[in-house]
Amino acid sequence: MTKETHEIYVFGTCLIDLLRPEAGMAALRLLERAGFRPLFPQAQSCCGQPAFNSGYRHEARAVARAQLAAFARELPVVVPSASCAGMIRNHWPALFAGEPEEAQARALAARTFELCEFLDRAGLVLQDRGESVRVALHHSCSARRETRTTASAERLLEQLSGVECLAPAHAEECCGFGGTFAIKQDALSAAMADSKCDAVLATSAERLLSQDAGCLLHLQGRLAQRGDTLPVQHIAEFLWERIA
Amino acid sequence: MNEARDHILKRLRTVRREAPDTGAPSPATGADGETLIARFRAALEAVRGEVHRLRDGDWVGWLARELPARGVGNLLAGTGEIGHTLQAHPIPGVTLHRYDRPVEDWKDALFDHIDAGITGCRGAIAATGSLILWPGPEEPRLLSLVPPLHIVLLDAANLHADLATAIRSQGWAQGLPTNALLITGPSKTADIEQTLTWGIHGPRELVVLILG
Amino acid sequence: MNVPGSMTTLRARVREALGKAPVRRNFRAAMDGIRAKRAAALPDATDFAQRRARAAAIRARALARLPELLERLEQRLEANGIQVHWAEDATQANAIVLDLLHRAGARSVIKGKSMVSEETGLNDALGEAGVAVVESDLGEYIVQLAGEPPSHIVAPAIHKNRHEVAALFQAHHPQREATEDIEGLTAEARQVLRRRFAQADAGISGVNFLVAETGTLVLVENEGNGRLSTSAPPLHIAITGIEKVIERLDELPPLLDLLTRSATGQPITTYVNFISGPRRADELDGPREVHLVLLDNGRARIHADPLFADTLRCIRCGSCINHCPVYVQVGGHAYGSVYPGPIGALLEPQRLGLEAGGSLTSACTLCGACGDVCPVAIPLPGLINQLRAEGVEPRPDSPLPDAGRLRHRGEALLWRLWATIYAHPHRYRWLARLLTALRRLAPRRLGAWTRWREAPRPAARDLHRPGARSGVLR
Repeated sequence: MTKETHEIYVFGTCLIDLLRPEAGMAALRLLERAGFRPLFPQAQSCCGQPAFNSGYRHEARAVARAQLAAFARELPVVVPSASCAGMIRNHWPALFAGEPEEAQARALAARTFELCEFLDRAGLVLQDRGESVRVALHHSCSARRETRTTASAERLLEQLSGVECLAPAHAEECCGFGGTFAIKQDALSAAMADSKCDAVLATSAERLLSQDAGCLLHLQGRLAQRGDTLPVQHIAEFLWERIA
Repeated sequence: MNEARDHILKRLRTVRREAPDTGAPSPATGADGETLIARFRAALEAVRGEVHRLRDGDWVGWLARELPARGVGNLLAGTGEIGHTLQAHPIPGVTLHRYDRPVEDWKDALFDHIDAGITGCRGAIAATGSLILWPGPEEPRLLSLVPPLHIVLLDAANLHADLATAIRSQGWAQGLPTNALLITGPSKTADIEQTLTWGIHGPRELVVLILG
Repeated sequence: MNVPGSMTTLRARVREALGKAPVRRNFRAAMDGIRAKRAAALPDATDFAQRRARAAAIRARALARLPELLERLEQRLEANGIQVHWAEDATQANAIVLDLLHRAGARSVIKGKSMVSEETGLNDALGEAGVAVVESDLGEYIVQLAGEPPSHIVAPAIHKNRHEVAALFQAHHPQREATEDIEGLTAEARQVLRRRFAQADAGISGVNFLVAETGTLVLVENEGNGRLSTSAPPLHIAITGIEKVIERLDELPPLLDLLTRSATGQPITTYVNFISGPRRADELDGPREVHLVLLDNGRARIHADPLFADTLRCIRCGSCINHCPVYVQVGGHAYGSVYPGPIGALLEPQRLGLEAGGSLTSACTLCGACGDVCPVAIPLPGLINQLRAEGVEPRPDSPLPDAGRLRHRGEALLWRLWATIYAHPHRYRWLARLLTALRRLAPRRLGAWTRWREAPRPAARDLHRPGARSGVLR
């Protein structure tokens, strides 16, 4: 099979869908550039993670079940979010254990990929057309531990000749988003965001990137309230911007 | 509280679980005596242990030179061979005490007046720089613990690659003494600001004389 | 006894902790240091993975055979002359210890470090009975002087800097010359505690491992206070949880190695103490009596729960705590529990019940750092998440105390509403259209979110857009 005819699914994720569609568009374009034909099922919504991480398994399953139906064909599912990819890959099989959809969930988990991971494996070649810029890449915990895809993101950025990637102090530490944690333990979440923001600002980075929209939403909101002006961008958007 | 015992065991017996295989203990790494000694020395020196290599009979002479220089006036030994040898070769300026009566009879003196204790050992572990001590009637537990300086005589032939090897080759599973010990360096703490500080409750200094 | 309490009390404690900038700096510095040491001691991820698989298997095997191992242990210990006592809960354990002290006429106790005794509130119980207790681990001694519980299971006084310790020492040892120097403070503690070791009527210690095969209590420590507490006084009472037993002595080295490397980055501690009996007739020192108190306190219940039994694999190295991004912000006292950090969030709700302990599961972002470093491979984040589910949507036969009691009508309703929309494509599309169309009316205030962050604004167009640019989108 040639890449030209290679159809893949894109799972846009609920946060990107409503709050950062430009990141989703960039992901679609990058996948196209890599030679795939991305399909965006209109029936998709959310992986169910917010409810799952709050203990509401029943509700998480109901929402996840709807996605099983939306991504029924045996195609790879590419997700521009490590945390949603991790949810599908690592937690759906258990979420559906003993349910009629268990086998379906397992199969889908096995064909789900995080965007950078997928592009990196596909051997996407990136030709940098942008001016030189220093960026900090915030590795989400999902990219680091759930999907183990931080190296993929780094390799993609390394291809960009004008981009210098800086590592902030305590890069391995969580930014404090954590889904509903950001609300249930809001003060704690903000303190963690402050540590992360301070560490990023202490580098000379001109932009903050991440593979996860959740972390970005949280960090961007915190930076803005602190009066810091560091631009924040999903890695897909940044990559597309550099090569377009 | 036999009732508590029965209740607890009964609760534990409500489930039966598959016991996983734990795999074979890792085999000991083969290494010659000198390599083991070098490893032992490096590991122990990394935790501020002092290591000297001496010919068999030279340790008394070493003590005679070093103890007065280190301000040791009162040396404590057990009732075994080491104590006998020291009794036969008095060190000028150093008073030899023997740990020959129950601790209750002289606890305050032990805690307050002894500068150094000397013991043998059952061997040592190269990987971690640890000494193996089996205190007993001839060398009681506190002899290696209460005096601020602990001197240990180690036979060069008694080195083991690691703890697993030592446990196996010394047959620990067949019977342990009331107290067995691994000692790896002088007493230390990092409880204030994670700052490593030597000599908290146990000996401040540990000197190992490797013989042979 | 320390109980985390409700979400409201937990949040209040967290706010209080976040307000203490100097303490937070102490934690940050300490955790940075201890993480670096652990990383240097376990540098190879593949090697670590292999070693922890073995360690996890040893612990799992021991737990699978727990009742028979405990019986074998008891039999071996008694044959060695160590008397075994069983306690179902904290009250029983403290009563056993008090009774042993009374029978021996002991009025003063020197203590080695024991988290299980923190769990039972032993010091308070002894104090009320008129027994003088002195903690001898330097960190424990410091928090005892301060009248505080430990803020870390391995390094109890990690929240204090040298100046605070100096002030405490000056207040409690007025006859000694004041110093702020760490070596000076350490020397001072040595001098003060030395008399206590010599004079104590009894020593109380914890245990790191119990070996069934030989009937041995294994204690690891660096200071020598553990050895002194267990060999200088005429009576030694050890107290530990029933889960600490392993079958054979040859299973000890791999566990010991990972324990010390994970806890403090050491290949081994200064002292590893193997206690297999009281002083024999021909021996000149050592305690004349050795007792072991085996505490259940909810462990057997946890053991019976197939979902959470892995919790008991824990060897109390504290590595999960050291790598927790929440702990490093607020420290141990904010949790309000005996065991803080990830292991606390997992163990305490099971031990105390979800009503008293369940709020701890909210003090976790599920970042996974703890699970990565756990030397016995406890899937901490997954189990903490599972506990959240037990609070609001429990298994029908959940053995957890207060299962389901954290379900609040309002929150449950919100999630049901959420699922009603997100599980139905047309409803979700309708919501998306509504939000994008009314984006300019989006509220600038969104409760707790905007207390700290600006509100996100819905996009002008969502990603569900037919026929976008290249026509690839369906």
